[in-house]
Amino acid sequence: MLRLKTSFLVPAALALLVVSASSALAQDEAEQPNPPRQSWSFSGIFGKFDQEQLQRGFKVYKEVCSACHRLSIPFRTLGQPGGPEFSEAQVKDLAASYQVVNDEPNDKGEIFKRPGMPSDVLPPPDSFPNDQAAAAAFGKAPPDMALLAKSLKYERGFPWFIFDALPFDQYQEMGADYIYAILNGYTKPDDPQWNLYYPSHKIAMPAPIADGAVAYTDGTPPTLDNYARDVAAFLSWAAEPTLEERKNDGLRTMIFLFVLSALLYFTKKRVWSGLH
Amino acid sequence: MSGNSTYVPKSAFGRWFEARLPIMGLVHSSFVAYPVPRNITYLWAFGAILSFMLIAQIVTGIVLAMHYIPSSTLAFASIEHIMRDVNYGWLVRYLHSNGASMFFFAVYVHMFRGIYYGSYKAPREVLWILGVIIYLLMMAEGFFGYVLPWGSMSFAGATVITNLFTAIPLVGTGIAHWLWGGYAVGDPTLTRFFSLHYLVPFMIVGVVILHVWALHVAGQNNPDGVEIKDVERDTVAFTPYATIKDLFALSVFLIVYAWFVFYIPTYLLDADNSVVANPLATPAHIVPEWYLLPFYAILRAIPNKLAGVVALFAAIVLLAFIPWLDSSPVKSAKYRPLFRFFFWVFAVCCVGLGWLGSQEVSDATTLAARILSIGYFGFLIVVLPLLGLIEKTKPVPASIADAILAKKGEASAPSAAS
Repeated sequence: MLRLKTSFLVPAALALLVVSASSALAQDEAEQPNPPRQSWSFSGIFGKFDQEQLQRGFKVYKEVCSACHRLSIPFRTLGQPGGPEFSEAQVKDLAASYQVVNDEPNDKGEIFKRPGMPSDVLPPPDSFPNDQAAAAAFGKAPPDMALLAKSLKYERGFPWFIFDALPFDQYQEMGADYIYAILNGYTKPDDPQWNLYYPSHKIAMPAPIADGAVAYTDGTPPTLDNYARDVAAFLSWAAEPTLEERKNDGLRTMIFLFVLSALLYFTKKRVWSGLH
Repeated sequence: MSGNSTYVPKSAFGRWFEARLPIMGLVHSSFVAYPVPRNITYLWAFGAILSFMLIAQIVTGIVLAMHYIPSSTLAFASIEHIMRDVNYGWLVRYLHSNGASMFFFAVYVHMFRGIYYGSYKAPREVLWILGVIIYLLMMAEGFFGYVLPWGSMSFAGATVITNLFTAIPLVGTGIAHWLWGGYAVGDPTLTRFFSLHYLVPFMIVGVVILHVWALHVAGQNNPDGVEIKDVERDTVAFTPYATIKDLFALSVFLIVYAWFVFYIPTYLLDADNSVVANPLATPAHIVPEWYLLPFYAILRAIPNKLAGVVALFAAIVLLAFIPWLDSSPVKSAKYRPLFRFFFWVFAVCCVGLGWLGSQEVSDATTLAARILSIGYFGFLIVVLPLLGLIEKTKPVPASIADAILAKKGEASAPSAAS
């Protein structure tokens, strides 16, 4: 046993040395700080979205982000369980307030617009019907926000990336933290395109939102911090609308597997105890 | 699949059928009466776990293929359709994408176990080579599958890997164009990768059948690396002993799998793959999936492209020759103190290379990758042949039963505990 340990520990120690040396070197090259970790209602094993927060986040998207960013999710999902859970009537009215391009031309062969229906996908911003139009205006098309929260991650480095995968610390909200940090990262008032958390600090999107820009109706203070938090939560839901269902099913699956494993373990002991 | 069958059909129909197609006898001899060494540990359960994962990947994959559209304009949207609109589509997709990682995790445990206990040595050389072929097919399969969502990393990965072929002198570019079905990775590449992604699993099934067949001819190796001498004393019947043990191990493995699927499903997913592929916008930092990282690090450690590609393929192909590179007659590392040390050095080199493969290239990482690559090849080409000549091995027990008795004696003597 002792010998097994030394034969394993020596190479392991050597490896740790090599890894930490090159990771220390890599860290020096990092130019911008990592977004700080925030606490979210939807993190952890029992995490659930805060409905009211998602509704506020949607309001921020609709009144601010949607001027440039597309969000290609169907209207109906805004009423689904585990999301903002707008009522059926609210979703219908909301969809009808948008003009969407019909899939098929009419009987004269003309492409036409009609009021949206819950089954439609949210249309692109009025001023930028496609990515090319947006790119022509900004140099680079603003990303579709449907998967934005999933498309933002950053290097956590050794050993943190291991802890991120473990129970009780499972860190799955990097996208939300990133969005929150970016919105709060415009810290040089004289340069609206300087962002503390963006790679090389140069961001194409000028500071999009400030205190008081959106009127909240539920008494939540209309501050930049709250806007950033709410819209980050909303976009996390938009990227992963089945999160609550997934975590619920996960709990049931885990209980089942733990009981099954225990039963199999005792059966195995019983079966093998007959041997000598 | 050898002469262990004592199967006697009980019913008249059973006897009638067995006389015409003795398939029940085959199943009985392979999975019921088959003698299993008494001393094997849970590390031997990974064969069963891998069989389960292969079937699970095929089942979830077939369901995904019912909803997926292999077209460069629709593939990405069809994945989102699976995630948002298909009933339990998110579950099937996460089972499949994380299943690939669990499959590779299990295969790596299985392979390192094989190396540690010398499972590749006579009479199991063919068994080992079939395993290396399965591993190669799995890597191709994993790569094809990674391209299908047509995210930005899918596209970059497809470009990097297919570009490796351009390193071949004279015909390289022609081969790359032939693989792409055009002058760059595009729609024809995606459709053929989808076709191959659907084909390769069934090729794997075929080789797995040969692998299991070869296993059942040679018999399982075991932690003491001595062959079965007396079936009565050295072995137990596959059913119920190994069956229940494998089922328990599988159930524990499924807990880990479920943890990934339900709680950290995107942990292993590259964030850039949540952005649709765009030939004009390459991700800043191209990395393959984790299970290919050590080979990627070897490729990048070598400044010359052709030499890098040769080293990459050599790193895999050399594995098939381990049975002849290793010159020691003793199988298990338990009785090979020097080998045991170098085994762990090798394992650490593999993990270290994996980590370096995920990092951005710098002078420090290139140097580290070169040192660890030398460690990787050094183990296979220098250490394995040399150890057999210089290593002083410990006495190997005469039989499995003796090894078990020796261990029991050691456990009952208090001073033997370390």
